[in-house]
Amino acid sequence: MKKTELPRWATGFVLPILNLMSALLVAALVIHLLGESPSESLRILVDSAILDPEGLAYTLFYASTFIFAGLAVSIAMQAGLFNIGAEGQMYVGGLGLTWAVLALDAHLPGILMIPLAMIGAAVFGALWAFIPGYLQAKRGSHVVVTTIMFNFIAANVMNWLILKLIPEGQQNPASRVFADSAALPLLNKAFPFLGDAPLNISFLLAILALLIYGVVVWRSSWGYQLRATGLNAHAAHYAGVKISRTIIVTMLVSGALAGLGAVNSVMGSTHYLSLNFPAGAGFVGIAIALMGRQHPVGIFLSSVLFGALIQGGFDLSLEKPNIPQETFIFIQGLIILFCGAMENFYAPTILKLINLTRIAKEA
Amino acid sequence: MQPAVEFRNISKAFGAVQANADVSFAIARGSIHGVIGENGAGKSTLMSILYGYYNADSGRVLVDGQPQDIRTSHEAIALGIGMVHQHFMLVENMTVLDNVMLGNEGGFKLAARRGAVEAKLREICDRYRLDVDPLATIHDLSVGAQQRVEILKQIYRSANILILDEPTAVLTAQETASLFEILRLFKEQGKTIILITHKLQEIMEITDEVTVMRAGRVVGAVKTAETSREELANMMVGRPIQSELPRAPYNPGAEVLKVSNLQLKDANGVALLSDIGFTLRAGEVVAIAGVSGNGQSELLEILSGMRLPTGGQVEFLGRALPYAGRTNADGLPAQFRALGIGHVPEDRLRDGVIKDFSVMQNTVFGYQDHVRNRWGLFDYKKIAQRCAHLMKAFDVRPNNPDLRIGLLSGGNQQKVVIAREVAARPKLMLVGQPTRGVDIGTIESIHTQLLRLRDEGVAILLSSVELEEVRALADRIIVMSGGRITGILPIDEFDTTRIGLLMGGMHKSAVLETEAGN
Repeated sequence: MKKTELPRWATGFVLPILNLMSALLVAALVIHLLGESPSESLRILVDSAILDPEGLAYTLFYASTFIFAGLAVSIAMQAGLFNIGAEGQMYVGGLGLTWAVLALDAHLPGILMIPLAMIGAAVFGALWAFIPGYLQAKRGSHVVVTTIMFNFIAANVMNWLILKLIPEGQQNPASRVFADSAALPLLNKAFPFLGDAPLNISFLLAILALLIYGVVVWRSSWGYQLRATGLNAHAAHYAGVKISRTIIVTMLVSGALAGLGAVNSVMGSTHYLSLNFPAGAGFVGIAIALMGRQHPVGIFLSSVLFGALIQGGFDLSLEKPNIPQETFIFIQGLIILFCGAMENFYAPTILKLINLTRIAKEA
Repeated sequence: MQPAVEFRNISKAFGAVQANADVSFAIARGSIHGVIGENGAGKSTLMSILYGYYNADSGRVLVDGQPQDIRTSHEAIALGIGMVHQHFMLVENMTVLDNVMLGNEGGFKLAARRGAVEAKLREICDRYRLDVDPLATIHDLSVGAQQRVEILKQIYRSANILILDEPTAVLTAQETASLFEILRLFKEQGKTIILITHKLQEIMEITDEVTVMRAGRVVGAVKTAETSREELANMMVGRPIQSELPRAPYNPGAEVLKVSNLQLKDANGVALLSDIGFTLRAGEVVAIAGVSGNGQSELLEILSGMRLPTGGQVEFLGRALPYAGRTNADGLPAQFRALGIGHVPEDRLRDGVIKDFSVMQNTVFGYQDHVRNRWGLFDYKKIAQRCAHLMKAFDVRPNNPDLRIGLLSGGNQQKVVIAREVAARPKLMLVGQPTRGVDIGTIESIHTQLLRLRDEGVAILLSSVELEEVRALADRIIVMSGGRITGILPIDEFDTTRIGLLMGGMHKSAVLETEAGN
């Protein structure tokens, strides 16, 4: 029978790989135009981001934040909501954890301080997402528009608040440095070969979050209602799903996940709240959700890829002065273009090939 | 005389599915030619080949005796072939005139040509008694009038061969009659009409010749005058169909549903339902007859909890349904289901299933809270067992629970929905358009299931625009028009004319008076 749609292995595996290859091919062309060797650049990238244990640890450190961001965007997408606001929610989540830490780090041991700070991050992220969610559910204001706006609001509110948090005599626009009780345990304590990389327990939490996400979305009644709402809100209403509540709760969960994304860098690496610390991680989450097709394995792999690009990109720009550090952002943009906007670019061709081979087999 | 269209050995395959196999027949000029067959018999594929949407794998199409290679619908139009689709191709917020000119503007300046086109449309409307105002906006027109606009469009583009795909699916009896008047007029003017339908009665009423298709092949070609409904039905299905289904004698039990003085107004204060009152007892089928859009959908939506009424009471098993004190119906359908109200919605793909979910996932749709364990997780083993049982009991084909339900035929999708709702053992079953878009073989099995449910003592309220279906299933009939009940009659008072008048808005007392006067 002639197939009219692609089998799962093609949409879930072949298509993303082809899209990624195309993005890297264009990137290679640009590197070539910059006067450097693409193959050598790739070797440096892979060496420093994957093959070197310390580099790999850095890659996974960046990936930890991305996993949370990707999950935040993905769970909203399952309910048909395009949450562009993970960046702002992560930023505000950072404020939540910082307030908890600044108030309590002198009094509490790490075992209490760290979970409390995480709750602070999740609650603040969730609250920041609640307003767009509420407006979507009750007033029909589109979350795409409101979450974009809320990114701007978050950025400016945080500018103002961080100014208030700067301790006297400090030049750096950031809060004071946290006490040791608020520092996440690093994995290099247990695995010395990870070197100085700040890879910490939030990586393990990210993996846990991926697993929980998978179970909740595909195996729970709530996840079923969530996906039904995303695929066909009319039918979901018929099935007795409380649509507005589902939308609001989903945005709360999405915002909480984005907020938890703040934990990794703020409590695992910098140990203070600094201006614009998410540095685009929330937006990378959109790319990750699209490229990973909102599937836990996909989200993990794309997060590692983006982590590797950051880590490899640093080293590449050090070794190849012709390649500026911004090249990473450029490659990231290419990946978003090919894996997001042009997601199904190769689908008709693959479909044709599949049908041709089938006909050949039948003949 | 040359036939207007001749198909010679047309074959068309989609992969391994042979949509058309060696199809040959001719359509005489100036005749009305019926093409009938079940869903998937290959009627639409054949017409799509004629209209240039598909290209045949082999075989030839002759138009006016000349072999033609029609590759696009533009080429078909140029040959004088016009098609009126089942789903209208009209821009709702434009006028009739603009819709006719769309794609046919004849230059950059629209205004200059408008006057001339309008005059021509008026002339066509007069000649064919189409009764359409060229300056009316489409969304203000009734479905029947919109269809006439489609026809007008084809005539304006000088179509001599008109293909109508299931034209009466959305029409009332009266609208159908007036459509047939128009078609007869066309025939007198020498135009050729190809009528695709699965309604045997229409074939008998209006066509000159019939081609019957089954599984991609022509299985019969007869002159209408020389055949009968029974013969055509047998050819179509390949086996004799039962016209009267077995049912237990009418013996209704306790009152299940009591609707009184029910009102519904939309946001603008327009009354959609007024003073609706009736009762429904266990073990009886009450069928709502009426032209679609006269409040039946809204009534079923209210009774299933999808929508809140703006006034009146509904008692279910002696207790008022919990509409009061709510601002929206969010989550209400779940409560109603828990009370014992099952609902097969009239628009399956919009409400009844999630197309992208598997058949198995769809068998718990609406009952998702009933199949979870104490952790809130789905018990997939139980769901799979239940699904396998339902698919077997209701003969869902293909028997693959992991297939996306969107890939099933309409009839099999409907079987899944009905199986799911029946499995919940409701005391009241609401069924909207039980067999819309379902083929004849499946219609019978769905009707059998519904009657079995009735015999088991379930109260069934169904709405159908097919009078045949109402007659086949109902114990009592409610006729609705303009959001009101115009008559409630027992099945032995079934009479097409009487119901037609009630559907047209005449009240029962007035109808009885008219009949007494005759």
